[in-house]
Amino acid sequence: MSDATTSGVDERIKQQSRLRRALIRPELGGICGTIIVFLLFLLFASDSGMFAAQGIMNWSIVSAQFMIIAVGACLLMIAGEFDLSVGSMIGFAGMMIAVFGVVLAWPMWIAILITFALCLALGALNGWIVIKTGLPSFIVTLAFLFILRGFTIYIPQTIERKTIIGGIRDAAEGDWLAPFFGAKIGQPIFQWLGDIGVIETFQRGTRAGQPVIEGIPMLVVWALLLIIVGHLLLTRTRFGNWIFASGGDAEAARNSGVPVNKVKISMFMFTAFCATVFAVCQVMEFGSAGADRGLLKEFEAIIAVVIGGALLTGGYGSVIGAALGALIFGVVQQGLFFAGVESSLFRVFLGLILLGAVILNTYIRRIITGER
Amino acid sequence: MTSLMKKMALAATVALTPLLAAGTVAAEGEKYVLVSHAPDSDSWWNTIKNGIALAGEQMGVDVEYRNPPTGDIADMARIIEQAAASGPNGIITTLADFDVLKGPIMNAVDQGIDVIIMNTGTPDQAREVGALMYVGQPEYDAGYAAGLRAKSEGVTKFLCVNHAIQQPTVGERCRGYADGLGVDLGDAMMDSGVDPSEIKNKVLAYLSANPDVDGILTLGPVSADPTIAALEENGMSGAIHFGTFDLGEEIVKAIKGGVINWGIDQQPFLQAYLPVVVMTNYHRYGVLPGNNINSGPGFVTADGLGLIEQYAGEYR
Repeated sequence: MSDATTSGVDERIKQQSRLRRALIRPELGGICGTIIVFLLFLLFASDSGMFAAQGIMNWSIVSAQFMIIAVGACLLMIAGEFDLSVGSMIGFAGMMIAVFGVVLAWPMWIAILITFALCLALGALNGWIVIKTGLPSFIVTLAFLFILRGFTIYIPQTIERKTIIGGIRDAAEGDWLAPFFGAKIGQPIFQWLGDIGVIETFQRGTRAGQPVIEGIPMLVVWALLLIIVGHLLLTRTRFGNWIFASGGDAEAARNSGVPVNKVKISMFMFTAFCATVFAVCQVMEFGSAGADRGLLKEFEAIIAVVIGGALLTGGYGSVIGAALGALIFGVVQQGLFFAGVESSLFRVFLGLILLGAVILNTYIRRIITGER
Repeated sequence: MTSLMKKMALAATVALTPLLAAGTVAAEGEKYVLVSHAPDSDSWWNTIKNGIALAGEQMGVDVEYRNPPTGDIADMARIIEQAAASGPNGIITTLADFDVLKGPIMNAVDQGIDVIIMNTGTPDQAREVGALMYVGQPEYDAGYAAGLRAKSEGVTKFLCVNHAIQQPTVGERCRGYADGLGVDLGDAMMDSGVDPSEIKNKVLAYLSANPDVDGILTLGPVSADPTIAALEENGMSGAIHFGTFDLGEEIVKAIKGGVINWGIDQQPFLQAYLPVVVMTNYHRYGVLPGNNINSGPGFVTADGLGLIEQYAGEYR
C-alpha cells in the first residue's frame, strides 16, 4: 500500500481529516466517472427510451454481466495477478453444462455442480502453475485462453458435429438448482407496475397485457451478491488484508506470515467461479451454449477493474470501484446505441474512457496521497 | 482538485458532444435498426451497411446498423433488446442462433415492432418468431446446388475452408456441398480461423498433406482471399477446382483470372435494401409482399463481370 512506502515513525497512527479519508478511497475516480457518464447520457439520450423501464433493464443487465467478472478480476488483480482466460472459461463452462446436461442428459443440478467443480479446479491449476513456475500469470493464463477456447470448439464439434448445443432450457425444466441462475424474481411487482401504467406492457401476441419487464434476472442478483461478498471480504476480514499484502509485496507478506501462495491460488479459483456464474446464467437464460461465447470478456473485466481505480501492479483497488467501472462500461456501451452513435465508434469511446479514467485515477491518487 | 475534475468533465463533454448530437437529430420518417451477428472484422458486411444506407436515403427513413463487436451471439441478443427499448418502427435482424435470439425477437414483435429476418435463419424460423418475412439465401440448399455443379465439373474430393466455425448455419454450406457431391463430409471442413496468414498456411498444409483433393470451397472473402494467395504460392492456381461463396474485390479478380471457377452471390445488398423498402411501404401504405424473398443463390462466372467488378465490395 502506498502509505506504507513512505517512511515516518508515526505515519500509521497519524490523525487524518475526515475529508481526506473520504477522498483517499480508490473508488473515488469510479464515483466521479459514473456521475459524469449518467449526466452526459441524461443530456443527450434522455428521449431515446434509455431511461424508460425497458432501457434501464437493458443496460443494467449488461452492466451486471460486467460486474460479475469484474469482481473476480478485481480481487485477483489486487492480489497481484491477472487472469486472461476468463472469456474462454465462460465459453468452456457453458459448453460443459450443455455437454453434461443435454448430450449426456444428466440432471441439470449435477451438470451445474460438476461444471463448477471442473472450472474451480482449472482456476486452481492456473494458480498452481503460476506459483510453482514463477512465470507471470499473464503468460500462463494466456495459454489457458487458447487451450480452453480450443476445447470449447473441439468437444461439441467432435460429439455433436456442431458448435452450438441447444435445448438447455428444456433440460433444466423443473430442476431445483437451475432457477438460482436462470429465473427472474419480483414478477408480481412488475405486473402491478405494468397494470398501473408505470411501465409499458406488450401490445400483442400471447403475452399481451404483461409488462415488458418480467422480473429481475438472477444475473443481477448474483452481481449484487458477489459485489457485497467481495467488498466485505476485502475490507472487513483478515483474508482481505492478506489479499492486499500478497499483491503489494509478496516477499514482505511471506516474511510476516501471510500464506501468499494459498491466497493467490484461491483468488484464481474465485475468478474461475465468477466466470462460471456468468456462463451458467447465460446458458440458462438463452438455452444454448456456443463456442464463441465470452470472446474478449477477459479484457472487458480488466478494463472495468482499471476504470474502477485498481492498480495493474496489484496491492491497491476496491470491489466497489470495479463494480462502478463495470456500470460505466455497460452504460456507455448500451448508451451509445441509444444515442444513435455509429457502432464502429464504440471502440473509440471505450479507449477514450479507459484512458481518461486511468489518468483521472492516477492524478487523484497522487494529489491526495502526495505520492510521486 | 475540483478544477481538475471540472476540466476532465468539460473535456469529456466536448469530446462526446458532436457525435452524440449527430446521432440524436431526428430525421423525417420512420426509424429502422438492422442487427447483424457479424464481428467488426468481417468486411463482407460493408455491402449490407451500404445497402441500408442507400435504402434509407431513397426512402427518406432513419436507418442504423448494429453488431456485436466480437460476434458473440449472446451480446447480439442484448443489442436486439436494446433496439426494441429504443422504440423503432421496425427491426431487421439475422437469426444466427435460434435458441438465443428467439426470446428477444419475439418480445420485440409482441411490443408492436415489426421484424424482418435477413441473411441467416430459415423461412420456418422467421414464421415462428412472428417476423413479417425472410429475405436471404437458404444456406444448405445453396451449398447443395454448389455441390451438384462441382460434381458435374469433375470434383471428387474437396476441402471446405470454414472461417466461421462457431456459426452452424455457415457450416451448413459445407454439409450441403458434400451432399451435392455425394461424398461424406468427414474432416473436409477446416476450422481456419480468421487471420489471413493463418488461413493461407493451413490451406497450404492441408493441400500438401492431401494431394488427392481436387476441389476447394471457401465460405466468403475472409477465407477466399488467403486461399487465392495459397494457390498462387503452391502453383495450383487454375489447376484445382475452386468455388466460393460471396463476392469481393479479390474474388472477382480471381474469377476473371480463371483461378476461381465460380462465386455464389447471395446478393447481400438486396438483403439489406429490400427489408427497408418493404417495411417503409408497409408502414406508409399497408402493402406487403405475400412471400419470402430469395436473394440468392446465383452463380457468377467469368462471363459478364462488368457491373460486378465495378461494384464489388461496395454494392455486390
